[in-house]
Amino acid sequence: MTKPKVFIANPVADYVEEYLRENTEVIMWDFSRPKKFDAMLDIIKEVDGIIQVGMIVDENLLSKAPRLKVVSNISVGYNNFNVEAMKKHKIIGTNTPGVLDETVADTIMGLIINTGRKLCEADRYTKNGNWGKGDMGRFLGKDIHNSTLGIIGMGRIGECVAKRASLGFDMEILYYNRRRNDLAEEKYEAKYLPMDEVLQKSDFVMVMTPLNDETYHLISQREFSLMRKDAFIINASRGPVVDELALIKALESGQIAGAGLDVFEVEPIEKDNPLLKMDNVVTLPHIGSATQKTRDEMAMFAAKALVDILYGRDSNAIIPELK
Amino acid sequence: MNKPKALLAYPVVKEIQDYLEEKTDLITLDFTKQNTYEEILKVIKDVEGAVFLGTRVDEELLSKGKNLKVISNITVGYNNFDIDAMKEKGVAGTHSPGILDNTVADFVMGLLIATGRRLTELNSFVKIGNWTKIDNSNLFGKDISGSTVGIIGMGRIGEMVAKRCALGFDMKVLYYNRSRKPEAEETLGVKYMDKDELLRTSDYVVLLTPLTADTHHILSDREFSLMKKDSIVINASRGPVIDEKALIRALQEGRIAGAGLDVYEKEPMDLDNPLLKMDNVITSPHISAGTQKTMNDLAWNAAKSMVSFLVDKTPINIIPEMKGDF
Repeated sequence: MTKPKVFIANPVADYVEEYLRENTEVIMWDFSRPKKFDAMLDIIKEVDGIIQVGMIVDENLLSKAPRLKVVSNISVGYNNFNVEAMKKHKIIGTNTPGVLDETVADTIMGLIINTGRKLCEADRYTKNGNWGKGDMGRFLGKDIHNSTLGIIGMGRIGECVAKRASLGFDMEILYYNRRRNDLAEEKYEAKYLPMDEVLQKSDFVMVMTPLNDETYHLISQREFSLMRKDAFIINASRGPVVDELALIKALESGQIAGAGLDVFEVEPIEKDNPLLKMDNVVTLPHIGSATQKTRDEMAMFAAKALVDILYGRDSNAIIPELK
Repeated sequence: MNKPKALLAYPVVKEIQDYLEEKTDLITLDFTKQNTYEEILKVIKDVEGAVFLGTRVDEELLSKGKNLKVISNITVGYNNFDIDAMKEKGVAGTHSPGILDNTVADFVMGLLIATGRRLTELNSFVKIGNWTKIDNSNLFGKDISGSTVGIIGMGRIGEMVAKRCALGFDMKVLYYNRSRKPEAEETLGVKYMDKDELLRTSDYVVLLTPLTADTHHILSDREFSLMKKDSIVINASRGPVIDEKALIRALQEGRIAGAGLDVYEKEPMDLDNPLLKMDNVITSPHISAGTQKTMNDLAWNAAKSMVSFLVDKTPINIIPEMKGDF
């Protein structure tokens, strides 16, 4: 039997590549070259599967890929998938839920402490040679322990953050979600509230929803106006869940105290984005899940999903819309 | 009844100053400017008590302050006290233990995550416009969850850090301390380990010892050579527990992966300190206890300790070396 052909479009760990070579015929992009879509298309039209990060899978690509059966994302998010076009062409898409939850929750806890305790700003201040005697007052921050964390979107990652915040830092957890989350209520004493109340009561508000029509600009002007003046907003989910212009206005007018952001409406962030000038805003380059171990595990998860589907087996990695 | 004369040498919130003015005949300094040791010497003559933050209490100050009975430190640490000289003159020292423990433990976790996941470096990377491509494989950090932390000095703050690590982040927690902590071993699952073995095993080494003759330079060349190449050292206790020159060598030679520091051998740091040039080192300006709430709680504690001693004749929060002397 001839092996299915797959295209590795982003670098993966050696053990992942080996696994794919054992099970498929691999074509790998030459990673010393810049990525050119036209050159990639030459490969894409020959393969049965693609494993990649962030490739736009739309009508344009699918119409040129006659053999293609499956595209595997090495990520949880899949807004690179045009689901309608994939349905039409009967192409399966997979993602990597679960694998990165703990690592993203670590990043979020880091953002919470960093914004509340002004760590990035203080580090810059010292590195720039500004530290003089008696400067402590300049960086007086907000206590993390015993403060209130509002989680909007209590899925698996939300649970992982709730665990850190509740068991580690004795924070009070409030949450809003489409459905009640019994586990979070039982284990972390999370209290379910309407979204407006979560916004009004929290010291730290974190959004952790998937991006869809309902969550687009979920946090906008009205929502910022409900938040406390000394509260921080934390976003490591998807940029467009927060209305960035409204966020900038809220920060400029002192409606909220600061923000910890790993995601933005445009990525990489545009150079004239006012957020880049704000000391009370921590801006990370979308590294929520960016540790070697987690990335390798995600790539392996995506590779297994790709192989399972190409060999006609079931996979729990297929995105819900294409199941 | 005459109120005792007292000096407030550090600005505090209005409620605390009001309290001190009600209970004592209070002198304050001009807080719109930095006050030097010399300026404090000028006003120390008549006072019986003083609320200090970091001001040196030595022979000279004590000989000028002939009426002094008590010095109340806003901080927990008291290496500004010359204890022998104070004992000889019969001047009590108070400090503020316990109050800032959770606030410091929060900050230690912040340093640990920020160093492991390169948060300060990456924030600057984005802010200065270096984020130009989506591929972030050169921005990878080190996992926190599931990794191993070694705590050297398991006092109250150590236990609070251990709790955050063990219960919050599912980290394996090792510790080294003069005495075993059976309760922490039981409730948090922390494991006692010989210091060298702890250094060899840990992904993150966290120093939380007080500064004493025994702990001075407790981490030096030999200790850094035992640590894993991808490990990170965190210090928010006192600068001199680390041999800073040895740390700089270890970082320059890649013998360890990074450091999260809130304290230094010399504070403020010298501008030519090589640590200031290192992206894999976080250098915060001794702010681990720096939240508004904790600063207020500490200042209240110092104010009340001084008043209790002078007015109520009841010594509280006396430093351990002087326990029983008053």
